[in-house]
Parts: sequence; structure tokens; C-alpha cells
Amino acid sequence: MTGPSMQHNKSPRRLVRALPFVLPMLALSAPAFAADAPKIDTGNTAWMLTSTALVLMMTIPGLALFYAGMVRKKNVLATLMQSFAICCLVTIVWCVVGYSLAFTTGNAYVGDLSQFMLKGFAKTWNNDFLLGGTVDQTIPESVYMMFQMTFAIITPALICGAFADRMKFSAMCIFMVLWSIIVYSPIAHWVWSTTGWAGSLGVLDFAGGTVVHINAGVAGLMCALVLGKRVGYGHDNMHPYNVGYAMIGASLLWVGWFGFNAGSAVAANGRAGMAMTATQIATAAAALGWMFAEWMTKGKPSLLGIVSGAVAGLVAITPASGFVLPGPSIIIGVVAGVGCYFFSTTVKNFFGYDDSLDCWGVHGIGGIIGALLTGVFAFGPLYGGAGGSAHQLLIQCAGVGATLAWSGGMSFVLLKIIDMTIGLRITRDEEVEGMDITLHGEQIV
Amino acid sequence: MKLVMAIIKPFKLDDVREALTPLGVQGLTVSEVKGFGRQKGQTEIYRGAEYHVNFLPKVKIEVAVPSDLAEQVVEAIMKAAHTGKIGDGKIFIMDVERVVRIRTGELDAEAL
Repeated sequence: MTGPSMQHNKSPRRLVRALPFVLPMLALSAPAFAADAPKIDTGNTAWMLTSTALVLMMTIPGLALFYAGMVRKKNVLATLMQSFAICCLVTIVWCVVGYSLAFTTGNAYVGDLSQFMLKGFAKTWNNDFLLGGTVDQTIPESVYMMFQMTFAIITPALICGAFADRMKFSAMCIFMVLWSIIVYSPIAHWVWSTTGWAGSLGVLDFAGGTVVHINAGVAGLMCALVLGKRVGYGHDNMHPYNVGYAMIGASLLWVGWFGFNAGSAVAANGRAGMAMTATQIATAAAALGWMFAEWMTKGKPSLLGIVSGAVAGLVAITPASGFVLPGPSIIIGVVAGVGCYFFSTTVKNFFGYDDSLDCWGVHGIGGIIGALLTGVFAFGPLYGGAGGSAHQLLIQCAGVGATLAWSGGMSFVLLKIIDMTIGLRITRDEEVEGMDITLHGEQIV
Repeated sequence: MKLVMAIIKPFKLDDVREALTPLGVQGLTVSEVKGFGRQKGQTEIYRGAEYHVNFLPKVKIEVAVPSDLAEQVVEAIMKAAHTGKIGDGKIFIMDVERVVRIRTGELDAEAL
């Protein structure tokens, strides 16, 4: 609910509390200024500036290290490079058209170009702003845009887990730029803008279960299917370079996720606190769920297992945080930890697709589990809605289904087009030698 | 003169060095190596993917000694590197034809 459903949340109390500060300001400021200035809430703005930095930290270096620790030594630098390059590419895309397509009024499916190059900022940089012309925000639009940008960055970066070790860097750059514009911005618009059809239908997605995780997960699955398996998959030893890196990365993700989820309240308030609470609890429950599931089935509890479970829990609580109480957070966590373990091991091996670092198994499946259980466990008073019900579960299914269809379909089409033009995959020799030296001219010695 | 070469478990290196010093052994060469013997390898599991690691890390030590010291050196290594579990390693003893100290040009026993 990084977006519009904030309206449920707006309470007159906030204005009343602000009055003692506002009145002297009104008296002092010039008349022309008076109508604009007062509504920016410094507490909310401070928290959103902080959250933005936290969410950026999730991608660089959090996700970059998480993935790099799991690939083989010869591909570590290339994997770090992917997240970092996506961070830079999407920043520019978001500035040019991405934000505009996602968060301006437009129609129910996509925004318009009224914020092309963020041109509106010249006039509104010091004002509170109306999201989609209707929902008043208490932070400057620059901060809102930046917060959303960090989500637009991490989502395509998550996809890298599915095609690890084998995608051309050039193809990846083109795919990510197009994907950000054609897939990410529209889906963010559906769910979080004031005019999007999914938000209007009542799909509950607090911080991005559909927009970020199911979206990236199914796109990753398409990458794994279109690119095919790594050379030697299933018989070569592909043991991770350094599970310690993965643990550091996952921990940075965990800490950064407080910005992701509690920041999605777009305010420093009670709901942000509840989102943070739910996030911590569900993550721990999922980590333990994965650990015990692995312990029971494989004989040993692994470090990679417990950190994978934590990420699964973070994913699953993403749509639910801000809607659920602590008790259901534990349930969501355990279901995600055990469910994602099952999908990333048994189901993946059964079907034989090479979702190398489990982008689909963790983000896709975890996102679906979280999105559906949000419809079951939503607590009405927390967001001024009706709460969980069979009807809400159906609405959640619509959000999940539409995301799977659009993201899966468009990702498939984009991948096929790139494959037919410049090619998606590095050569067999390059793959055997490793991407660090063949694509980037660097290596870990 | 004999060259005693032993493949041992990496964490036993310090024990072996401590056992050899009192015998008057003046020098020792150590290499980190990988290989397999009867222990074969070990199985690692990452997110359900099982990999059999064929080559396990070991330490190779080489020490050149006068022939009359060789038996004591072998015994000392055997005692110090022993855990009783599979994978303790092996000791190889070879004849050495000539030894030259590079700095002084001394030969054979003088050079050891």
C-alpha cells in the first residue's frame, strides 16, 4: 500500500496534532506560500527518507551478496555486477518514464506521461502532493518517487537469481530496461496508483507481494525456461562460492526490509510499527520452518537453509504486513518457510527446470503464499477495511492471477525477442570458463 | 638420505611439526593439496542439491633426513597425525640421490 489505500489511513488526528506547528508557520510565511507549505509532515518525511535508504541497501549490497555467495567462484563478480548495473539502469528508466507510467493518473492499466523526466518537480518540489490528483500525501513527491524507485530497482534484480551463470550481460541490460517499463510500471500502477484496477477492486498488497515478488518470481521462471539449464546441471559440482556472503546478504535484506514493509505505511505511525513487528516475527518463523524441514528430510540444518527460509518469510509477509496481527504472522512465516523449501528442492527437481538461485521457488511461491494468506488473515481495524474473508481471498486470487499472466506472458515475449535478435545466452565455452573473466575481464584469484 | 613425504589431515599439521622438531629435523616443506583415498569424498547439500565432493583438502609435508633418522621421523608423524578415523593419510619414504644447498654449494649430509 505504498500507494492509494493510504486514504483509509488518513486520520483527522494527524492534522490536529500538526496544528500547533502549523499556525506559527502560517503567521510567519509570506501569503503566497501559505497555501502550499504546511502539510508536509517532518516525522513522516524523515522516516520515508530513511526507508528509501534502507530499501536501496537491500539491492546493493544485500541482494548482490546474497546471490553472489550462492554461485560458483568463476561467476561471483558477474553476479555482483548484475545487481549493481540494474540499480543504475532502473534509476534512469524510473526518472525518464517509469515513475510516470506507474503513479500518474492515466487509466486503470497504466499511467500517463505527465511526469516524463519528473518534470512536475520543478513546481512541486517543496509541496505535499496529491497522488493521482486525489490522495493527499504528507511527504514531498520527490521522497515518494525515490522510495518507489528503490522498489523498481530491487524487483528486476531479484530475477537475476533465475538465470545465474549463463545470461549475456548485454541481453540482461536490454531485458531489464524493457521489463521495467513494460511489466513493472504497469503492475505497480494496477495495485498502488489511485486509478489502478487491482487497487480499485480491493486487492490487498501492503508492500509488494504481487508487484515485487510474484512479478519477479514468474519472470524468473520464464528466464529459467527460455534460457535452459546451466551446462553440467544435475551432474557437475556447483557448490556455492561462499555461503557466508549469502548470509551477510540475507541479513542486509532482513534489515533493509524494515524500510520496505514499515516504510510502505508512507508514515511514521502505528501501522508502520505493526508492519515492522509482523515482518520480524514472520521472518524468524519462516527461517525456523525451513531449518526444521531440512533437518528432518536431509539430516542436517544448513546455514544456507536457514537464511533462505528467512528470505522466504520476508517475501511472504510483504503483502500482509500492515494488514495482519502478530499471531497470523507466525502462521504465514511457517507456511512460507516450509512451502518454499518444498518448491525449491522437491518440486524443482521433479520438473527439472534450472531456477538456479530459486527466484521462483522463494519469491514467486513465497509471494503467492503471502498474497493469498493476506486475504485470510487481514485484520479490518488495522486498515479500516472488512478484514479477511472468502470474498477477500477471491480478490487476492485475481491479483495473483493477473500478475502471473501479465508478467509471465510479457517476460516470455521479451526474452524470445531478445533471443532472436542479439541472443540471450553466453557460449558454452564462456560458460565453462566463467562469466567473470569472459564478460567482465576480472576474476577472484 | 631419505625423503619422507606424508599426506595428513590439515588440522594435524601443527602436531606433526611439534613432534618433528625435537628429533632434530631442520626443515619441512608444506603444500595444500586435494585428493582422495579410501575415504573417497564427502557429500554436501545446498538447498536440496546434493554434490559429491571427490577431492578432499589435505596437507602434504616433505622432509629430507639422514637415513638413520628416517624411521624415527616416520614414527613421529604416524603418532602425531593419527586420529584413528578414515582419512588420516599416508606416509611415503623415498631414497634421495643428492642434496645441494643453494647458498653455499654444500652437498648431501652437509646440506640437510
